[in-house]
Amino acid sequence: MANETTNAMQTATPSYETPQEEYVLKTENLGISFGGLKAAQNVNLRIKKGALYGLIGPNGAGKTTVFNMLTGVYKPTTGKFFLCGEDLTGLDQATINKKGIARTFQNIRLFNNMSVIKNVLIGLANQPEYKCNLVQSIFRTPRYYETENAMRNEAKSILSVFGLLEERNQLAYNLPYGKQRKLEIARAIATRPKLLLLDEPAAGMNPQETEELMETIQFVRKHFNVTVLLIEHDMKLVSGICEELTVLNFGETLAAGETKDVLSRPEVVKAYLGDE
Amino acid sequence: MIKVLTTLINGLSLGGVYALIALGYTMVYGIAKMLNFAHGDIIMVGSYTILIFFNMIGIPLVGLIASTLISVLVCVVFGIVIERTAYRPLRGASPLAVLITAIGVSYLLQSIAQIVFGTAPRTVILNFMGTITIGALKINVATIVTLAVAIAVMAALTLFVNKTRTGRAMLAVSEDRGAAQLAGVSVNTIIAVTFAIGSALAAIAGAFTVMKTYTVEPTMGAMPGIKAFTAAVIGGIGSIPGAMAGGILLGVIETACDAVPVLSPYKIAIEFALLIIVLLIKPTGILGKKKREKV
Repeated sequence: MANETTNAMQTATPSYETPQEEYVLKTENLGISFGGLKAAQNVNLRIKKGALYGLIGPNGAGKTTVFNMLTGVYKPTTGKFFLCGEDLTGLDQATINKKGIARTFQNIRLFNNMSVIKNVLIGLANQPEYKCNLVQSIFRTPRYYETENAMRNEAKSILSVFGLLEERNQLAYNLPYGKQRKLEIARAIATRPKLLLLDEPAAGMNPQETEELMETIQFVRKHFNVTVLLIEHDMKLVSGICEELTVLNFGETLAAGETKDVLSRPEVVKAYLGDE
Repeated sequence: MIKVLTTLINGLSLGGVYALIALGYTMVYGIAKMLNFAHGDIIMVGSYTILIFFNMIGIPLVGLIASTLISVLVCVVFGIVIERTAYRPLRGASPLAVLITAIGVSYLLQSIAQIVFGTAPRTVILNFMGTITIGALKINVATIVTLAVAIAVMAALTLFVNKTRTGRAMLAVSEDRGAAQLAGVSVNTIIAVTFAIGSALAAIAGAFTVMKTYTVEPTMGAMPGIKAFTAAVIGGIGSIPGAMAGGILLGVIETACDAVPVLSPYKIAIEFALLIIVLLIKPTGILGKKKREKV
């Protein structure tokens, strides 16, 4: 397994076409430079459907940069990435989201002055079955009420998964920190992603909250049938839930493979703890 | 007493016009994060449209209503086209570049109007509405209509923003454009809708300006534009209730200054002094929210 991934990394383009459904996310030599600075290069991720995959590395290794490329915030300068076989390289953020990639942010970015449920409704409103144009919306046609009610029901069921149902009418701003993190995941889930990117979900959480978050992530993966790629510094969380890992260092892939195997490699230990 | 009441009604009415224009500034600022200095000139575009169609139709009341509706359409088209051609290519450019472009668009519109209609002011005779007398109180019907329509439009806008999905998406974009995009909101569409709404409000404000002054000229949008911008800043730029409050406050103060002969010549200075005072006391404006930065 580990060998397979390593081999795929070394070959620039696989000599054979992988079946579409095998990888939810596949990146080929994905890279970006800002002027002379190569923030990330030759990133080759292979993430299987339903996987819980970790992207780790020291500060400044280019992890969030990879997320920004995968969500269209940055346009990659080299390489391509594919979601379920479809090339999404260079598309804009909203389109990429509609194709099935959603994310959370390292520093929580909620719609603070909107209610908890409205944060989730923003994501849901773009789903085809809830579409309802401006005219229908202004004149309150039956279609409006139908879709609005269905949408609110779904929003409530998503919120209840995250234990936020009670707080649905509060402003997002007023939620405690741990719940804001959960709401951010809920908002991402509301866009019905195939791939969910979590940027340091455990940042700022105490051990007990982290424990709870690990359970939530695993539950969410099953319940919403989503593949998860997460950036994390908390090694307990990483080794606890990630099946596979890619380690970045100075914008390049240092190691990739099964979690236990990768974490014990000398070069990974060195990157984290330094020489000697 | 009667004089105070008359002044108040006139002030609220003028304030309603400022509020309508200020809403355009504040919504565009809140959602597109830019100052659209060409917004005042949309009033001028609307007023010329009214001039043309009102004279063409020739029947006073029908003509006014019909030409105002046409003016709303024309201004919406102008707003969308300006956004699409002048501002959208600069999305992501430095705010200063966008600001200068907006000033450029403002002069462009004024110059086109000067070429097409000449520099001399034109008159539209919209004085058919007369006055209404309640006891000793004598008020222009136009003033009442202005106030009533301005309130109705503001109420409709508040409902729109809070009760429709487009409104919800607008709020989300104004909170965090990046996060909204990543939640699947098409920011370009939302910004285009914002410009359309702002321009429609400017067209209505243009109709009321003409009803009050009977004059249309290429530079007529500049002063109400700058005053409404002041109102938006006083109220807290980016805040919809703030623009309404700021506009009404400014209108009442201006009319009150006009009613006192000693103050009358200084009314504009007083309005801008008010801006300075508000900004000194509360830099975010009366209803402006302080932006919280999280690390």
